[in-house]
Amino acid sequence: MSCQSYSTTHPTIPTNNVDAIAGVAVKVVAFLCNWCSYAGADKAGANQLPVPAELTAIRVMCSGRVEPTMILECFQKGADGVLVLACHPGDCHYKEGNLRAYCRAELLECLVPQLGVDPRRFRFDYVSAAEADRFSQITNEFVDQVRALAVRPFKN
Amino acid sequence: MSASKPKLAMYWAASCGGCEIALANIDEVLLEVDHHFDFMFCPCLLDTKTKDIEALPDGDIFLTLFNGALRTEENKEMAELLRRKSKVFVAFGACAATGGIPALANQHGLQHLLDTVFLNAPSVENAARLIPQPICHVTDGELALPAFLPRVLAVHEAVSVDYTMPGCPPEPEQIIAVIRHVASGAPLPPLGTWLGCSSRAVCSECPREKRGVLAARLLRPYEGIPETGWCLVEQGFACLGPATRGGCHALCPTANMPCTGCYGALDATADPGASALTALAAAVDPGKLAGKGEEDLHRRIKHALSGVADPLGTFYRYSLAATVLAERKPEVEQ
Repeated sequence: MSCQSYSTTHPTIPTNNVDAIAGVAVKVVAFLCNWCSYAGADKAGANQLPVPAELTAIRVMCSGRVEPTMILECFQKGADGVLVLACHPGDCHYKEGNLRAYCRAELLECLVPQLGVDPRRFRFDYVSAAEADRFSQITNEFVDQVRALAVRPFKN
Repeated sequence: MSASKPKLAMYWAASCGGCEIALANIDEVLLEVDHHFDFMFCPCLLDTKTKDIEALPDGDIFLTLFNGALRTEENKEMAELLRRKSKVFVAFGACAATGGIPALANQHGLQHLLDTVFLNAPSVENAARLIPQPICHVTDGELALPAFLPRVLAVHEAVSVDYTMPGCPPEPEQIIAVIRHVASGAPLPPLGTWLGCSSRAVCSECPREKRGVLAARLLRPYEGIPETGWCLVEQGFACLGPATRGGCHALCPTANMPCTGCYGALDATADPGASALTALAAAVDPGKLAGKGEEDLHRRIKHALSGVADPLGTFYRYSLAATVLAERKPEVEQ
């Protein structure tokens, strides 16, 4: 169950020519919840808010569906950063999927540096369907942060 | 020794010797082993030398139980040699299967490891700052030690493994079952099968009662005495039973000891530590938001999960060589 197979079956923001445009080729995978952050991303697009081109969006039915294995596999396959955007607590379409995701994220934040990955490459946050501004702000912040981490030691 | 009996070999690489003890623990069934097999190589118990193995034709050993992870070049050479000489090559025990305890060394670089052991450990006095070298020149010539591999490998990373038998160590009755199956001449399972274990979780064998409740928080082992007969996970102990293959008859949980995951991850397609993490993260009660705001929720969940002080040591205790990130160059040092 690789994240790559997901990125081919779901709408993604093309990143192939980022090198040519920006001279920086970071790749950030964003797992977006179908009910909130994906809609938030859509709205950000409709509102013409800036969204980094380095973002590869993967739509999932719930942030609780994002298994930690998928996040580690992203790093293994060369992602420079992984973002998980969930519904705000209390707003989960499935009642508590986002809280489950938060519990995992909490442990992952401690585990990821133990596995040798800079913890700044992983972020869990909340974006509702209405928060286009917040989506734009978080994604830009995160991609800037990842870009500042210069080297990409996980690239093959 | 009869030439007609199929040959059985057992070897230890980076291991503690517990797997050999597990074999000795099959007690009188050892006579059965001797009846069916020519038990001809086992450095722990027998005096056969490596050169005797080298002299054998390829594929001459019927069954090799290879325990231990691969830490040195010598471990790797022996794995390659025994693989070549064996028809059926079994990665035996947690270290051979997924790296085991020795693979925990992979979380630090090799240099850090050598510095700690030979220079910085509080009990070490090494004024000359000597560190063993693979080659050492002395007046009478050259002395050689096997060099370290850059990281500890599970056996399947170096040679092709026919079957894997997990456990730290594998349970004697599972060893008996496997040896009897092989001795009976019955067809062997498909290559790659995990032998001597169940495809269901430790929980399915555990006698403790599940009450269907979530733990208020995870506890460190010293923080509580488990209530007898009640599921350890539900009490908040970091028991990896839900994410671990059964086959051990839940020995540890039965004795009030949380499962540490030695039989390997239940989900063979997932990262072993990540699936253990998922299992434990699902064991705590995230509570209701109750209008108190995200900060309060985060504080509560952080507290509830603080019982896992060392996520890597908890979730990858026997499987660090098998993490999906094993090959990646670390960018942060602990």
